[in-house]
Parts: sequence; structure tokens; C-alpha cells
Amino acid sequence: MAFISSGYNPDKPMENRITDIGPRSFEEFYPPVIKKNKGAWDYHEIVKPGVLKHVGLSGDVVYTVRVGAARLMSVTHIREICEIAEKHCGGHLRFTTRNNVEFMVETEAALDGLLADLASRKFAGGSFKFPVGGTGACVSNIVHTQGYVHCHTPATDASGPVKAVMDDMFEYFQSMTLPAMVRISLACCLNMCGAVHCSDIGIVGIHRKPPIVEHDRLDNICEVPLAISACPTGAIKPAKVEIDGKKVNSVAVNASRCMYCGNCYTMCPAMPLASGEGDGIVLMVGGKVSNRISMPKFSKVVVAFIPNEPPRWPTLTKMVKQIVEVYAKEARKYERLGEWAERIGWEKFFELCDLEFTHHCIDDFRDPAYYTWRQSTQFKFTKHIEA
Amino acid sequence: MAKHQTPLLDQLETGPWPSFVSDIKQEAAHRAANPDGVDYQIPVDCPSDLLGVLELSFKDKETHWKHGGIVGVFGYGGGVIGRYCDQPEMFPGVAHFHTVRLAQPSGKYYTADYLRGIMDIWDLRGSGLTNMHGSTGDIVLLGTTTPQLEEIFFDVTHKMNTDLGGSGGNLRTPADCLGQSRCEFACYDTQDLCHTLTNDYQDELHRPAFPYKFKFKFDGCPNGCVASIARSDFSVIGTWKSDIRIDQDRVKAYVAGEFKPGGGSHAGRDWGKFDIVKEVVDRCPTGCMSYDGAKLSIDNANCTRCMHCINTMPAAVKIGEETGASILLGAKAPILDGAQMSSLLVPFVVVEKPYDEIKEVIENIWDWWMEEGKNRERVGETMKRLSFQKLLEVTNIKAMPQHVKEPRSNPYIFFKEEEVPGGFEHDEAAYRQRHMR
Repeated sequence: MAFISSGYNPDKPMENRITDIGPRSFEEFYPPVIKKNKGAWDYHEIVKPGVLKHVGLSGDVVYTVRVGAARLMSVTHIREICEIAEKHCGGHLRFTTRNNVEFMVETEAALDGLLADLASRKFAGGSFKFPVGGTGACVSNIVHTQGYVHCHTPATDASGPVKAVMDDMFEYFQSMTLPAMVRISLACCLNMCGAVHCSDIGIVGIHRKPPIVEHDRLDNICEVPLAISACPTGAIKPAKVEIDGKKVNSVAVNASRCMYCGNCYTMCPAMPLASGEGDGIVLMVGGKVSNRISMPKFSKVVVAFIPNEPPRWPTLTKMVKQIVEVYAKEARKYERLGEWAERIGWEKFFELCDLEFTHHCIDDFRDPAYYTWRQSTQFKFTKHIEA
Repeated sequence: MAKHQTPLLDQLETGPWPSFVSDIKQEAAHRAANPDGVDYQIPVDCPSDLLGVLELSFKDKETHWKHGGIVGVFGYGGGVIGRYCDQPEMFPGVAHFHTVRLAQPSGKYYTADYLRGIMDIWDLRGSGLTNMHGSTGDIVLLGTTTPQLEEIFFDVTHKMNTDLGGSGGNLRTPADCLGQSRCEFACYDTQDLCHTLTNDYQDELHRPAFPYKFKFKFDGCPNGCVASIARSDFSVIGTWKSDIRIDQDRVKAYVAGEFKPGGGSHAGRDWGKFDIVKEVVDRCPTGCMSYDGAKLSIDNANCTRCMHCINTMPAAVKIGEETGASILLGAKAPILDGAQMSSLLVPFVVVEKPYDEIKEVIENIWDWWMEEGKNRERVGETMKRLSFQKLLEVTNIKAMPQHVKEPRSNPYIFFKEEEVPGGFEHDEAAYRQRHMR
């Protein structure tokens, strides 16, 4: 390998330097029909799962084909996306917030050609490269974080469980049979880079062991006061520890106060807490961000722990499927998962979905906890109440 | 022959959903064959080593990436995230594997030419692997070495007229829904506002001066497709003030079945004939609609703009013509003090270039938060710690019932001294004249 210079001169870093230019203007990238009809769209239809038809006040029509994608994608794959865009869409495309790719065409003939082309493309392992779907009352693509692929604090993987869950949800991605959209999100630790706390189904990685304290190096690589102040529950205090007859500054962790959030590890690399046997997944359901009918809602914990089971996370996928199928059967048209659970009552939700209710599902974190307990005699009798 | 045996990952190649494992393998094979004769500037086999280290993580159920590391480009404090493997001898190709975030264009529209340009740079100088896109919205280039960082920055700025995104305690790359470009619900030009603010605040984006991260997201309507209410500190959500527009002929067409409800969003199941009373009027959360068999009426003064009727009959029922946005503040993920959604701060603002009114709100908040926020405290937590009243004070916004779901149910009210006649001082002598000890 010979080093290829971009033109950057390390001796004169400011020479010919361009900074603070921001992203390219969106105006450069619009397909012509989008540019022409911007701000003047009349209405839309979903022609079939994954195919949107937008009709402009001008009478213009644009068909959008939405295809699912793994958000981790290679240069080779993106070049193939470019090739498809050039072949069918005048070289234009877009990505959605939920990691889908959208191809836009203006005629039904072009649409048919595009769909046939997309359906024919598969990876060597047999999976679809460009599955069409993700519209209307469906399970849309999962938004997720980095996981074991590239993050230093995950409690579970991201791409692996996402692939396993979407394989299982594939029929719902490609159809519109549910009472409303179901948005699944995954965050591989409580930092929740993806902020999945308002999803119909939130898959969240958690640790269950307090951090290791590497006394022999902690004071050398961390600021002790920062490590202490990083703890939201005040579980960390300063400590003197003897190593080889020498007193060193370190910290002590009160294990019973630790909620395994990992914020101390973020501040101090000498306090790792990942553990193959301790780490796993919390399942949270019933959240939403839309204001449609009811106000946005937080997702609620319905399964406090699912072990990490790579490569295909069978317990997780089974539980997700169980919840989606009961919801599909029981909820009313337009009712989101959380709206349905609130209408029937959470006790009924646990019973119908055949999920065990454990003490972990009762909030005990600070003041808001009280407001989730039941200050009422109104409840439903379910199998949870013994005669 | 694959460099590492990956029996666990191989099981993720089956099934219909696009397999990232197959895709990484495809890239590994492409780099090994090198049909275009690229003089790869980082190890050719890094995709293979990434599969190797991921397989090890699947076996151990623990990550093998080390804690951070400060790397970046000259003059910027963000945009690059240092990443090192904790098994560098087993996986030398990914021993140093830093992430580069690039600012995506608003709305995530692209041309093939542009994407190819980025890919050519990343093929030559990086791993050939990306995230399209990261959670915040950036184009994420996944894995390169330290000597390539300045070269990549020089190439993307000079050849692609593109900049880095944000990371660390600064403004993160703002993101938006596609807005008016292809959606009849959009109440303002999300893309123009997103692009303008991104450019106006380049300094805040590249040079960390904040207590912690700060995210902008722009939703065109209350449906919230970009999830700004959950995923951004500063959420701008389109809304409208004037009456919802109704095309009564098209309402009849929906009732007659000529238009499908929801544009066909529920077409996969037989839900029976569309029933406008049951599906729209009775589902209205405020009960402000009625249908007399021929005409749909809305009592607009009692409408809270939830979008249900508009979503269900997009051709017949449309957002009002006097549009703008609501501004909400303070969403964040659970770390540290629990998850938050954004809370309503400005019920209605007209969204017009050059967006000075919105920028004034932003800058008042930043001034306050930079002064009062603790290290690694999101603005949502500062609000909780110092009160919503304090936020209103620093933004010069008057308290109004729209700010709360309900008034407080405790009487522990903090009064300002000037609000109490005579201030906080008592006349002790006079008190004791009235009351014996």
C-alpha cells in the first residue's frame, strides 16, 4: 500500500482548508417531480404494501417504492442501490428515518419494471436485498443502535437481534393486516442512542451486574470525583485500597444501590460491567410518538429480562411474535398497541399475551414510581389473582 | 476461504430479511478480489476481521470494542469517534477502527452520483462499511485508521462539498422528515428549516461548548415521523391554527368507497365497509366532529389537531391554511434520570425565513443551559432540576394552561419575594403585640 495524499499538508493544516460548510443542500437532490410539486401535494394512496402513490395538485403522480434494508450496509451494496436508481429513477433515491430506501418513479410501467428488478436481487446467503414493504398497518423496519459491531458499552447486539426479529416479522412488513402500525426499535444499552422509549415495542439491552473496579489502575486513568458523580443513585464512594502494601485511591460500589446503568464506565474505563451471563434484554411495549387519537406515550416494561441468545435470540423473537399476534387479534382498527393495552387494562394485557408479571415490572425508581401504582379499586380479575 | 470461521454469524444469512452478514461477506470478497485495482489505504481484510470480532462477541456475549479514545480532525471537537478493538492481535484489520460521521442532506434525498462519490472515498480510505444512517441521522462511515482522518476530511470537503456531523457535547447533526417535498400533511418546510439551522449553527456543531449533547429534530406534522418528541432536545412539530379544510364531495367519495380509508393503509385485512361515524367521528379524541349522513362538520375551536381524521381521509380532510409549528423541549433517553419526552414550550410559531423567532428561543435556551447545566446534563434534566418556570423566565414566555396537562396537585408553591405584599420580612414586634408568647 502506498499512501495516497488527498492534498492535505500535515505541516500546514490550515492551508487550503475548508471547514464549517455543513451538509449539501437538499435542493440538489430532488427528483424533478418532487421539486416541481413540493408544497403542492393533494393526497396519497398506498397502492399495495410498500408502494405509495402521491398525487399533486398539478395532477402529477409519483410512485414511491419503499424497501427494507439493514442499516449496516457496504459500499458494494450502496453502489448497487445507485445502479438501481440510475436504471429506473433518473439517478435519484432517498433513505427514510427508519433505515428504508425509497425509489421514486412516475409511471405504472416504470413501477412494474422497478418492482420486478428489486424482487430478483438476493444476497448470496439467500436473503432479499430489497424487500418491498413497510407502509400502512404493518411492522415497519426497526431503528436500532450499533451493538457488538462497533460500540464499547452494549449489553446486547443490535444487528443480530434486528435481523432475527425482522425475519420473524417479515410477513407483517410485507402486508397491511395489523390494527395500526407497529414500530419496533432496539437500543443496545440504556444510553439508547436511538431513544427507543416511545416505541410500540422497544428492545433494550441491560446489564445486571455492578461494575468491576480495577483498583490497580483506576486512579491512573480516571478522575475519582467524576466516577463518583457519574452515579445517579449515589452508589459509588471514594475508597483507599491496599495493593502490594501500598495505599491507592479508588472507589467502592454499593452493589445494592447499583442499577447497572453503566454511566460510571462511560466516565471511567476501569469500571467495566459487561457480562455474558449478566447481560440481556428488557422488552418495553406500548409507546408511540404520534399524536394521532391519543397523546404520545412511553413504552412500559413487560418482560424484565431475556437472556442474550446469539445468533438468533429465539426467546426474544418468540415473545415479540406472541405480543404482535395477540395485538393483531384483539385490538380495534386504528388502535396502537399501547392504546389497546390501556383500553383493556395492563392486567388483561399480561393475561392475553401470556406474559409472566414479576415484581420487576413494578416501578421503584424515584417519585414517578408512585404514580404508576393503582390508587383505585377498579381492576379486572385475571388469573393473577388467586381465589 | 474465509479468514475466520463464523458458524454463529452464518446462521444470520438465512431468512428473508436483508442479511448484514451476507453484505459484509460480499464486501470482504470484493476487497479481496479488488477488481478495480484500488490501493486500499487501510487493511484490505478489515471486513473479514470485523466478522471475526463479531463472531467472538456472539460467542462471549460481550463486546470487544475498547473504551473510546480521542481522535479527530484539526479544529473540530466532534464528528469522529475513536474506536479500538480489545483483541488487536487476533483482528489486526480492525485494531484501529474509528467512526466518521458525515452530515446528511435534509430529508435524506440523494443522487447516485453523490453517493458514489462518498463511496469512492470510503472504499479507498475506510472499511467499505457504513450505516445508512446513524440514529441521529448522519451518514456513518464505520471504521478507519487515524492517519486517514485528515485525508477523509480533506476529500469530503474538497470533492464532495460535505462536512462532518456532530458528536460529544455539541449540537448533533439536525434531522427532519421529508416534509412538504412529498407529504400533504407538512405544515412547514422542514427541510429548509433543518438545513438553515444546521448551517447557521456550524460552530456549535463542530466545537463542543455545551454541557452535553443537544439534538434538533423537525417533524412536519403531529404524526411525528422523525420522532422529534422522543428523540430530540429541541423538537419542532408542524401544526396549524385555522380551520381544517373539508372537501365534502370527497368525503362522500370516501363514504361511497371510491377512496380507501387511510389511502389503503389497512387494505390487507377485511375490516368491513368504511364507516365514517365509527372510524372517524367516534374516534375523534375531543368529540368535536359530526356527520349527518351528507356533511362532515368539525368544531375547530375544540380540535386538538391529532391528525386522525386527516390521516384517515387524506384526500378530503386537510390541514388548515394558517400553518406553523409547536416547539417542545427536553426529550432524552434514560441515562441518567429516566427517559423524557419533550414538553410544550411554544404552542405556535410562524415558520418563516430567516427563522429569527425560532433562533431566539434556541439561543435563550442555550445561554441558560450553558450557564446552569451541569457536566453531562441534558437540557431536559436541567429543566427538571431548575423548574419549568425558570425555563419560561429565560425564554421570556408567559405561563399558559397549554404548558401543562393539568395544574399542580400540591400547594407547595414557590412565590417570588416581590409577589408577596411586604416581601418575606415580618414585623416581629407587631406580631407579638397581636399574639402573646
